Amino acid sequence: MRKVLLYITILTTGLIFIGRLFYLQVVDTSLAIRSQDNAIKVVYDYPQRGYIYDRDGELMVSNQPSYDVMVIPRNLKPFDTTEFCNILNLAREDLEKKLDKARIYSPLLPSVVIPQLTKSEYAILQEKMRKYEGFYIQKRSLRDYQVDHSANVLGYIAEVNQKIINENPYYISGDLIGRAGVESQYEELLRGVKGVKHIQKDRFNRDIGPYKDGIYDTLPEKGKDITLTVDNDLQDYGTKLMKNKRGGIVALEPGTGEILALISAPNYDPAKLVGRSRSRNYWELYTDSIAKPLYDRGLLAEYPPGSPFKTLNALIGLQENVVDTDDSFSCNHGYAYGRGRKLGCHAHKSPLSMIPGIAQSCNAYFANVYRRIIEKYPTPQDGMDAWNEHLKSFGLGQFMGNDLSTGRPGKIPDSDYYNRIYDYPTYKWYATATLSNAIGQGEVLMTPIQLANMAATIGNKGWYYTPHILKEIDGTPIKEEKFTKKNYTTIEAKHFEPVIAGMHEVYKSGTASTLRIPGVEIAGKTGTAENFTKINGKRVQLTDHSIFVAFAPVDDPKIAIAVFVENGYWGSRYAGRMASLMIEKYLKGTITRTDMESWIMSHSLEDEYAKPLSGEPFIINQ
Amino acid sequence: MAKSSAGFDWISIFIYLALILFGWANIYSASLGSSSGSFFDLSQPYGKQALFIGLSIFLVVIILSIEAKFYQRFSSVIYLISLLSLAGLFVFGKTISGATSWYSFGSFGVQPSEFAKFATALALSKYLSDIQTNIRRLDHQVKAFIIIALPAILIVPQPDPGSALVYAAFFFPLYREGLSGFYLVTGLSAVSVFILTLIIGPIWVSVAVLTLGILLFFRKRKKRPGKVLITLFVLISIGLSFSVNYIFENVFEQRHRDRFNIVLGKEVDSRGIGYNTHQSEIAIGSGGWLGKGWTEGTQTKGHFVPEQHTDYIFSTVGEEWGFVGSTMVVLLFMALLLRLIMLAERQRNQFYRVYGYSVIGILFLHFLVNIGMVIGIFPTVGIPLPFFSYGGSGLWGFTILLFIFIKLDSDRLSY
Repeated sequence: MRKVLLYITILTTGLIFIGRLFYLQVVDTSLAIRSQDNAIKVVYDYPQRGYIYDRDGELMVSNQPSYDVMVIPRNLKPFDTTEFCNILNLAREDLEKKLDKARIYSPLLPSVVIPQLTKSEYAILQEKMRKYEGFYIQKRSLRDYQVDHSANVLGYIAEVNQKIINENPYYISGDLIGRAGVESQYEELLRGVKGVKHIQKDRFNRDIGPYKDGIYDTLPEKGKDITLTVDNDLQDYGTKLMKNKRGGIVALEPGTGEILALISAPNYDPAKLVGRSRSRNYWELYTDSIAKPLYDRGLLAEYPPGSPFKTLNALIGLQENVVDTDDSFSCNHGYAYGRGRKLGCHAHKSPLSMIPGIAQSCNAYFANVYRRIIEKYPTPQDGMDAWNEHLKSFGLGQFMGNDLSTGRPGKIPDSDYYNRIYDYPTYKWYATATLSNAIGQGEVLMTPIQLANMAATIGNKGWYYTPHILKEIDGTPIKEEKFTKKNYTTIEAKHFEPVIAGMHEVYKSGTASTLRIPGVEIAGKTGTAENFTKINGKRVQLTDHSIFVAFAPVDDPKIAIAVFVENGYWGSRYAGRMASLMIEKYLKGTITRTDMESWIMSHSLEDEYAKPLSGEPFIINQ
Repeated sequence: MAKSSAGFDWISIFIYLALILFGWANIYSASLGSSSGSFFDLSQPYGKQALFIGLSIFLVVIILSIEAKFYQRFSSVIYLISLLSLAGLFVFGKTISGATSWYSFGSFGVQPSEFAKFATALALSKYLSDIQTNIRRLDHQVKAFIIIALPAILIVPQPDPGSALVYAAFFFPLYREGLSGFYLVTGLSAVSVFILTLIIGPIWVSVAVLTLGILLFFRKRKKRPGKVLITLFVLISIGLSFSVNYIFENVFEQRHRDRFNIVLGKEVDSRGIGYNTHQSEIAIGSGGWLGKGWTEGTQTKGHFVPEQHTDYIFSTVGEEWGFVGSTMVVLLFMALLLRLIMLAERQRNQFYRVYGYSVIGILFLHFLVNIGMVIGIFPTVGIPLPFFSYGGSGLWGFTILLFIFIKLDSDRLSY
């Protein structure tokens, strides 16, 4: 016993030690993770976000430095608080409160004391900084907007939320990410790639050099500058025209599919979403459920297109060979069908062939053409699907596949749709049941950008490039096949001649004859779309939407445009004038018709928008 | 002379060398600054330790060349010098981090308590091997106890209670030489009652002790201890158990209570008193199977574990060499201790054997307390890991302690 006591004690101790080591080092992995947490600090090196230019190389968005005053409470030495507060224009109690908060968060880790100093505040503070031990300045880069418009195009940047962090491991809390607009769509180009440094820390949280001599470190990659297809002057001008109105303007370059202008009204100054007051401003914009300034009407608003849609029915009629340009249809203040039902029309000469039919926008003419298209086929279903196929080739009723951060498909009905709503085959339906499609009302919905693309396609006589907003990356033109390959429609080029002639006639002698620009030939089409709202559950009609689509010059289109003004009444009243001014601005650079310009700029539709909210009866289409 | 020499025990010497060299490698890593200079930079702990190791080898040569009889003959003198050097600290001592444990010679300090261990071992061996000494006699037990206690009493007020605790190691040679097992049972019972009371409270401990007493009572008469003894055991245990709370709250200081509470898992305070243990566990735990590699330990580099190159050097082993490396160190110590038991048991001279057991006891107690503390199963007691921790006095003290025994062992055939 006396001899073995030590043996047993030593063996037991050794076994207990080895068991404990096995537990600490092999079984319990939480300690290994803790070690990474407290010994290695990961520091990110954020590159400059890329600049954004317009198509002419005008700078729209750059960066501005912003200075956060940081503190590490442990390092604080007594300092002249009065002077410090004076420089920063801060109450002494506020400073105390902020420092207490920082101390509670961590005495060793940096906290922000005053975020986003202005340059002048920073300049004064910088000279005296050495007197305030424990404080330091952290530079951040914020967006600096050179323009006060185009917020819908540009979008904004904001801190990532938890959802993004969970989905994309690139981002960590506090990182900025593009939200909405091109900031969101081209986030990866603009942001570059942040660099990573692993720093070995000691137990006082001090940096004591790179971890493993920096083998895991990476250098930041600068964000790329991008050039947009939009024209800064056109954006600015369109925004001014749209003042006090609601709606959208979309202008395209038919030869390239480039978006020249994308305006949504009302809009806001992009600078509002930068800096100290960002979140308050954003909340204001977000909660404005009436004017909806964050809603990009040019891309999202699905309106019944109205009369401009008639041009498509004319094209389909010709392609399907159910109508000839010389075929005339009579109009007796409308088109009577079914049991005493009638599609009304305004007063004009009768009968009309295709070109005057388009110029006068005769509802009866297009009712006839539409019926012939649908009824050419043995069943209305086949007819409807043939019609639908043609429209699909114009990019309608579907997402266009453009490079914009948001969008809507619009709606082009097909046979399935009508079978469903009419409960086919229990009940049958015929072309007449869908006759509103003839004049762009009923089940058809299009977004302004689809309307503009329709105008571009007609101008090109049957093809279009998918609209896009990115022109160059770091000065190199984009080569993406999606945007450099022509999309052909199902309509042969020759059928476009009479339709273009009709649209040209609209401008020369028809509904848009008041919009003439000296020396510029335009092909256009007015639209006036009925629309309704619900007040206390009752369907109430509002003043018509004013619509205009056009391209110019007729022979060699350089611009295709769609303008949509909510409750602007007839097509040429607001939308037509705006389109005409935009075209002149783009093609000639100056406006000759200053009276028209000042009429548009001085007229407001706010009264019109107030009507349904007033709670009192009102008159529409005044 | 040639006839009586059996040669040195190379197994022990190899283990010794392995421990000091591996120890140095870890001190190098633990004290490495951000800039790595020469291995022998004397301004850095690793450079100094290299010098200490060099001097240790020199000491080894001297110790092994001195006649074995010298140690036996001069043990009393050595012991007296040692006591004087400890007492002298009260007058000439230099205070470093709160403890007056040092004589200062320029930039180097000498810690006499490190040398008092082998001196006490020699003195105790001398006394026990005296033909007139019978350790079963109470008066001789008291004398032996005084030999052991004197240096400890001089060390405690430095204050260095950790080093004083080491003198409990002399229980092992005393027990081997015939001290009654009663002391062992009593001591272990008291410690068990104390710790159990802290964990489960005095009432349950009393119930357990009573049950145990009743079970003992009904054993066969031959094997049963006396009825009086059992009754005393039960009564004293229950009494102790109920006074534990008083001792714990009033006799102990707060830092002692904290150390107990941390090991018993009652208190988790990883910022304050528990910081060392907590950081040490993180460092060791982060090593995994194979460790992060020499000088690659992030915790070690960040100096998260205080006193890492001295008392907490084993945490560097754990972090940089992993389970495999730290188990190797544990096994090396076990191998050395077991080998030394074999050596001690083959001595025919009682002086040699008692000294051997003293060496084993002292090394084992350091091993137990130091590693136990670093891996978080023993309260924090600041004593070094032999041959491993940074420090000249410590290294020399242990070297002298061990090599006197290796010299004595080589001389065993002369008896």
